[in-house]
Amino acid sequence: MAILVAKGVTKRFGGLNALSKIDLEVNEKAIYSIIGPNGAGKTTFFNCVTGFYTPEEGVISLEGQNITGLSPDRVTHLGVSRTYQNIRLFKNMTAVENILVGMHPHLKANLVGSIIRDRRTVQEEKESVEEAKRLLQFVGLRGKGDLMAMNLPYGAQRRLEIARALASRPKLLLLDEPTAGMNPSETQEMVHFIRRLRDELEITILLIEHQMRVVMSISEKITVLDFGEKIAEGTPVEIQNNPQVIEAYLGRGAASGLGQVQPVA
Amino acid sequence: MLRTWRQRITITDIVVWTIGFAIAVMVVYGSAKTLALGKYTTETWIDLSITGLALGGVYALIALGYTLVYGILRMINFAHSEVFMSGPFTAAFAAEALVKQGLWNTYPVLSLLIVLTVSAGVSAIIAILVERIAYRPLRHAPRLVPLITAIGASFFLQYTFRGLYGSGLKGYPEMEIFKGFWIIAGIRVFKTQAAAIIGAVVLMLILYAIVQKTKMGKAMRSVSEDKEVAALMGIDVDRTIATTFALGGVAAGLAGILYLLLFPVAHFYMGFFPGLKAFTAAVLGGIGNVPGAFLGAMVLGLLESVGPSLFLDGLGIPAAYQMKDAIAFTILVFILIFRPSGILGERLTQAKA
Amino acid sequence: MQSQNTSLWKPAIQSGLIAGGVAVLLSLVGMVATFNQRFIISGVFSMGQVIFLAPMLLMSYFFLRKTMALSSQKIVLYGLLIGVMGGLVLVLLVLLGTNFNLQAMFINSSSKLYDILTFNQPLAPGLMILLALSAVMGVLASGSFLIPPRISAAVIQGITWVLLVGLLRDLIITVTSRWGPLAGPVKSLFAVSGLKPLGAIFLFALISGLYYWRNGKPVSPAQKPTQTKDRSLLFWAKWAGLIILLLLLPPILGIFFSDILDTVFMYILMGIGLNIVVGFAGLLDLGYVAFFAIGAYTMGVLTSPELNADPMTYWQALPFAMIACVVAGLILGLPVLKMRGDYLAIVTLGFGEIVRLLALSDWLRPWFGGSQGIQLIAQPVIGNMVLNTQQELYYLFLLGVGIVAFIAWRLRDSRMGRTWMAIREDEDVAIAMGINHVAYKLMAFATGALFSGIAGTIFAAKLQSVYPHSMNFLVSINVLCLIIIGGMGSIPGVFVGSLVLMGSPELLREFAEYRYLVYGALLVVMMLTRPEGLWPDARRKLELHEEELEAEAHVLAEAETSAMKSAK
Repeated sequence: MAILVAKGVTKRFGGLNALSKIDLEVNEKAIYSIIGPNGAGKTTFFNCVTGFYTPEEGVISLEGQNITGLSPDRVTHLGVSRTYQNIRLFKNMTAVENILVGMHPHLKANLVGSIIRDRRTVQEEKESVEEAKRLLQFVGLRGKGDLMAMNLPYGAQRRLEIARALASRPKLLLLDEPTAGMNPSETQEMVHFIRRLRDELEITILLIEHQMRVVMSISEKITVLDFGEKIAEGTPVEIQNNPQVIEAYLGRGAASGLGQVQPVA
Repeated sequence: MLRTWRQRITITDIVVWTIGFAIAVMVVYGSAKTLALGKYTTETWIDLSITGLALGGVYALIALGYTLVYGILRMINFAHSEVFMSGPFTAAFAAEALVKQGLWNTYPVLSLLIVLTVSAGVSAIIAILVERIAYRPLRHAPRLVPLITAIGASFFLQYTFRGLYGSGLKGYPEMEIFKGFWIIAGIRVFKTQAAAIIGAVVLMLILYAIVQKTKMGKAMRSVSEDKEVAALMGIDVDRTIATTFALGGVAAGLAGILYLLLFPVAHFYMGFFPGLKAFTAAVLGGIGNVPGAFLGAMVLGLLESVGPSLFLDGLGIPAAYQMKDAIAFTILVFILIFRPSGILGERLTQAKA
Repeated sequence: MQSQNTSLWKPAIQSGLIAGGVAVLLSLVGMVATFNQRFIISGVFSMGQVIFLAPMLLMSYFFLRKTMALSSQKIVLYGLLIGVMGGLVLVLLVLLGTNFNLQAMFINSSSKLYDILTFNQPLAPGLMILLALSAVMGVLASGSFLIPPRISAAVIQGITWVLLVGLLRDLIITVTSRWGPLAGPVKSLFAVSGLKPLGAIFLFALISGLYYWRNGKPVSPAQKPTQTKDRSLLFWAKWAGLIILLLLLPPILGIFFSDILDTVFMYILMGIGLNIVVGFAGLLDLGYVAFFAIGAYTMGVLTSPELNADPMTYWQALPFAMIACVVAGLILGLPVLKMRGDYLAIVTLGFGEIVRLLALSDWLRPWFGGSQGIQLIAQPVIGNMVLNTQQELYYLFLLGVGIVAFIAWRLRDSRMGRTWMAIREDEDVAIAMGINHVAYKLMAFATGALFSGIAGTIFAAKLQSVYPHSMNFLVSINVLCLIIIGGMGSIPGVFVGSLVLMGSPELLREFAEYRYLVYGALLVVMMLTRPEGLWPDARRKLELHEEELEAEAHVLAEAETSAMKSAK
């Protein structure tokens, strides 16, 4: 069954079509990748799904519910969560605090409860800190909970960002280039980790990735974007043999798709 | 489509639109009632409009400084109102000296040039100092930080000038050639007002030409587009930014002399209200946009001068002129809520994430 | 850090000229002459002299600290150079001022100023003294790098304390006059203004001696790891002591100083509120005085028999005032909170001005009294006692501060606080975490408004009147300054900031004239050199002191390896 369906999604900036008529269907518990050269509109698509942009045309629905034009916080409440290409942690907060903020949607403590600290609030706080520690352990950051996010090493920051995204208990997790800036062994670890996310937590994963090896090894299905248009869709094998894709990548310089950092949309 | 509309309307929008609507109704009703009562003659309205335009001219020149700096650094130079104050406050002493020497009315053009030079020079120096000390070291700091230093610099300057020149009022001598009025097409125009309007328009054009046509202006515009690329092209970014501040300072200093023609008293607090209103004008016209600043300033000047009598008198509000500052601030608040890009600004609402 | 020592001559001369420029500015704005009446050491050394000599000392100190790796000879030379250059600028000012009439423009360029700058000597020898003393200042600074750190630290402590005690003479004498046997000896240290020379020497010797002795004492390892039980006992004892001290302050200080304390606590009350808005949620609110005004005016309108046939009591009106502030906070907050930081600052500033202009207007005079304000505002009554003296009202302020500080502290360490911080750190990401940013910003805004409003009600009750003139922009600026200087987001910082910024202009009357000049300079200097404030939040302190962090990381790594070993 499809968890995320996009139909004819179009997003314009000025006269430019950042996305034009994108159709996409992500099945539940799938690992689905979006690839494409720089400026192809991948991150723009993420921003449309998470509610930061409202597409001019088209419909995006999550589990059959239309989420087009919902505010980002509402979308998160419905079970979508994301990470960023250029890690965006709350730098001056500790790792545990970062995760606690991620748990926001299912915490209930309010203004009054926070002040008087009634039993329920205290209990909730205790449980959430426990859960945060479990999440830290899950992403391999056990014992680093009280460190400032900014003082964690790069790889740990990536993991913490994923832990924060997991904290909202998402059904759909959007990962924006999770292996950017990693060396081969770290990348390999990340690939295993992403698989674990899907297998152990049963989360659907939508992935933007530049490293072909990663994409081809873990994706079940791939969509290729180029200049805001979908040029291909299919299994890794199909994509590898698609002449249009090869042209998009190799035709304009083979290196363009490999590990480059895309400017922030 | 309907569905997305409903989802997008929040309680915020409802409150904002209700307040906006209430004020619009008040303004329309008040204006209609005032005009129906016929308390003021056409002549009065014209007089008020001319006063408004003269004031608008002064605001336009000050607003230029806000707009240029905003364009290049994307920050509000909070200390600009003090840049505006420093020039004319100093020039008032120069004017006094010229009067004592007997040059003031015998060589009016020369005197005026001296006073303008002093005012523009001092304002420019202060602007450069502020940039150098309070902003440049913090260019990469979080947004809140330069804003706070700007407020600090503003207070420091205000009270430094109070300490240097005294807390009293400093009279600005009247010049013979600006005494009296002209009758143009049956309309009485005070010479000072005419001078302020003409002066502001001419100076605005000159400054605009500098920004648009000169090499320096081109450097400014390229730095405002992208600092790093500009630096790669061989533009000295620090220097260009300093020049921008200086140019804004010159405009503010010149505005100060025009302001003194209209209100011939200088004091250390004289920058606060004109500064805030010029900022309003810059936002009204579309911040970062030079013609916009001019347009916004003229509109604001008119609204401020005509507004109290037109909108509020009809509602039976006594001493409506007391509300002129409140009108300006209300305009500021509502412009920022409903159209933060201003009259001439482009809509850039979504280029955010 | 520069390796080429020869290249340092130019920056040294520059620093000297800047120091001289600062000294000239301080002289011309009138600070030197104003503070000249206030002696640190009676008859010998006045605050005015400190003001025009300190720039050389400080500039030299900071210059040398930046360029540590120098030979001792060079250190002295550079210090001397900076002092002499600074002195020369001052000499130039004196020569200019005595030969030309600058007073037409610079009102403080009086013969009095030049007498002070030349130490009441004839011009030529006076200038020599000025130059020599400036040079001495420069060299003194270099001295602190040449003598052993333990001694120089002790000397700096001694000088600082002599300065402070000399300045706070009045306060110290008033407080100690009630201490019976101690009163006499303490008083004998002081002259009519400042310390007696012998007193100063005694104090200096005492403080630096104590400091030297304490610094030399090795920390005994037995003292360090205290039992947790002992520690919590110590913790509670500290708090109990503090509370008892706070409760006893009014009788100790007397009426005059209690009044100052009232002001300080009123600003603490407002500061804690604004700290939630600015420090926690990162929203720069420059119209904070509006809520103070709304609180005070609501109290006035409801309780003054002038405007009201059936006036309420203070306690009856308080809830209404609180509701009014929260509602005002919500109404203002709703539209403006979507705006970016700098726009928010200006719009709130505009809102503050609108509130003041409305209160001042003739239009609303029947309700708010126009420029005459509102008189005969009710004072709080507890039992049969009317709280109407400064000392009694202090307890009301203290109660307010206590409650508000408790709330702020609880909020900081809760889901609310974390959410605010997340919004402050990165608003877009916070939204993506499912946070409804408008709602949370509104809560911060309304809480801040509420606290400010409560301060307003007590203020109205204290004066029994409110005037639109006391609701100006400067109040907002005072509050903003104190939280920034205390440390943004830090609750103890508010106390420190308020005590320093609000207390000093009241204690040193001469200072009141220059308070905003100094605040302005402080804001700039603080942001440039110590953005975390005087007493930062523990979290922020952590960010800015990496050594501790490294230590922490080290401990963590060790723990991990040992855990791994045990797992094996």
